[in-house]
Amino acid sequence: MAPTATASLRKTLDGLPGVDQVGLEARAAGLGTRSIKTTSKQWAIDLAISMVDLTTLEGSDTPGKVRALANKAMRPDPTDPTCPSAAAVCVYPDMVAIAKDTLGDSGLNVASVATAFPSGRASLAVKLADTRDAVAAGADEIDMVIDRGAFLSGNIDLVFDEIVATKEACARPDGSHAHLKVIFETGELQTYDNVRKASWLAMMAGADFIKTSTGKVQPAATLPVTLVMLEAVRDFRDETGRQVGVKPAGGIRTSKDAIKYLVMVNEIVGDDWLDPDWFRFGASTLLNDLLMQRQKMLTGHYSGPDYVTLD
Amino acid sequence: MTRIDVRKTHKLYINGAFPRSESGRTYEALDAKGDFIANMAKASRKDARDAVLAARKAFGGWSTRTPYNRGQVIYRIAEVMEGRRDQFIAEILAGGTPPKRVAPCVDASIDRVVWYAGWADKYVQVLGNANAVSGPFFNLSTPEPTGVVAIIAPEAPLLGLVSVIAPAIATGNTVVVIATENHPVPAVTLAEIMATSDVPAGVVNILTGSAAEIAPWLASHMDVNGIDLAGVTDPALATELEVAAAENLKRVLRAPSGPADWLAEPTLARLEAFVETKTVWHPIGV
Repeated sequence: MAPTATASLRKTLDGLPGVDQVGLEARAAGLGTRSIKTTSKQWAIDLAISMVDLTTLEGSDTPGKVRALANKAMRPDPTDPTCPSAAAVCVYPDMVAIAKDTLGDSGLNVASVATAFPSGRASLAVKLADTRDAVAAGADEIDMVIDRGAFLSGNIDLVFDEIVATKEACARPDGSHAHLKVIFETGELQTYDNVRKASWLAMMAGADFIKTSTGKVQPAATLPVTLVMLEAVRDFRDETGRQVGVKPAGGIRTSKDAIKYLVMVNEIVGDDWLDPDWFRFGASTLLNDLLMQRQKMLTGHYSGPDYVTLD
Repeated sequence: MTRIDVRKTHKLYINGAFPRSESGRTYEALDAKGDFIANMAKASRKDARDAVLAARKAFGGWSTRTPYNRGQVIYRIAEVMEGRRDQFIAEILAGGTPPKRVAPCVDASIDRVVWYAGWADKYVQVLGNANAVSGPFFNLSTPEPTGVVAIIAPEAPLLGLVSVIAPAIATGNTVVVIATENHPVPAVTLAEIMATSDVPAGVVNILTGSAAEIAPWLASHMDVNGIDLAGVTDPALATELEVAAAENLKRVLRAPSGPADWLAEPTLARLEAFVETKTVWHPIGV
């Protein structure tokens, strides 16, 4: 690592303005009170469904469960052909081939977590092998975790280098790249300042997406954290011209929550990000609630869990 | 020195907590002379939805408790009611019930809860059966709870209310109750009793407000399994609710025809109303 690169990286990160915690939380709460009704709500629910990375990351995952999940991602509501499909299926690397096979040419992506998810506690060689494995199995997107220990102890060069190396490991033989999402595990980063720093760090290292959490640590995604990250991607595009996506993950369970996030995206970064290519929800139970709300809007009466799948 | 009244704004009872209506609406409960008693929360369809969610969440735990334990919990309700006897008497008096009928009504209400508490571990023996079949099998029918039951409570201030809630929860159902719009204060006190006795959160949810407004949403809710129309006096509304309930084949208990006599000794009818009979076959061994 050239010392000049390190110095300029540190300079940029140290030059970031601090986050006004009280103002940030008030702003996020304020945006959460917007009332989205009728046709706007219908539109928002369909958009949210199309942004879901339908996720299963359990030790008990089986090929059968992954196939069922992939089928659900393609046709979330089999009784209604107008229901949009989800954006992607998110699984562990060893399940990528099964998910890929089930999704076929549906156009849905397979996202794979990698780099010793969720803790990230392994040597770089193991993390890169994990990543190459997933890419070779056909993953379209790689969700990597940063080394929070290194980040918190100030060793940001190590974090930077790992992201760069993982990005290189995402390369396919034909010259294309699997999309790289970088997970910060914001629940472990302690402060909003750190979230802002980590966002810039990851984007400068080449992340295509920045993602809040693994879903394995509480608190997972929150509105204020996502707001900080949205501001970061907005400012980063203003500065460099490169657009980076945002993915809140974990803890988003209701349509109401999802719509709050969409309102925030629209207010902070605008239309450009209101698209599954640039904003995703990492979720599993959220999709069922979106489907129940969708059924409610279409039929005029409340639906129930008997009318969606058990995952 | 005269003391200034503590003016009350009562709230709903959902999932073991006392939230205001999501809609922020309130209405005034008036006494028989038309004077102000208290502000009541006026529940909206979303409060009803939240209540159903809470009731569904509570159903698994409540329905699988032993009948004996459910009986103990319901008996505990009666114990706490007994301690609030004077408060109930004052509230029902303010609602306009003739004074000499008030105390007997409160006593009957408490006794009614004890009565159903006693039945909690006995109704299975009476409603269930060992059926004789033409083969070497035990053939056993047992009643199981229906699920989430919506109840439109009758006008009779406290007695009517406990007479519809107690049997439904005694058999393991969880309930969403719309209290009578005109005399809702005893229902709020009952909610406070539910919160401070051993009834798990979500087993009983009590909404105040307009039944005509909320009941159709409960009747058409796909996650409600039964509806008790005890307090529906308008035949047009009753028909509307039954039609909506047909959508997911809810069990419907119609309002009694003519004025109901809640003081009369109850029968097993209400315990039988919200149970489903399960029949199992088992080979007879040696």
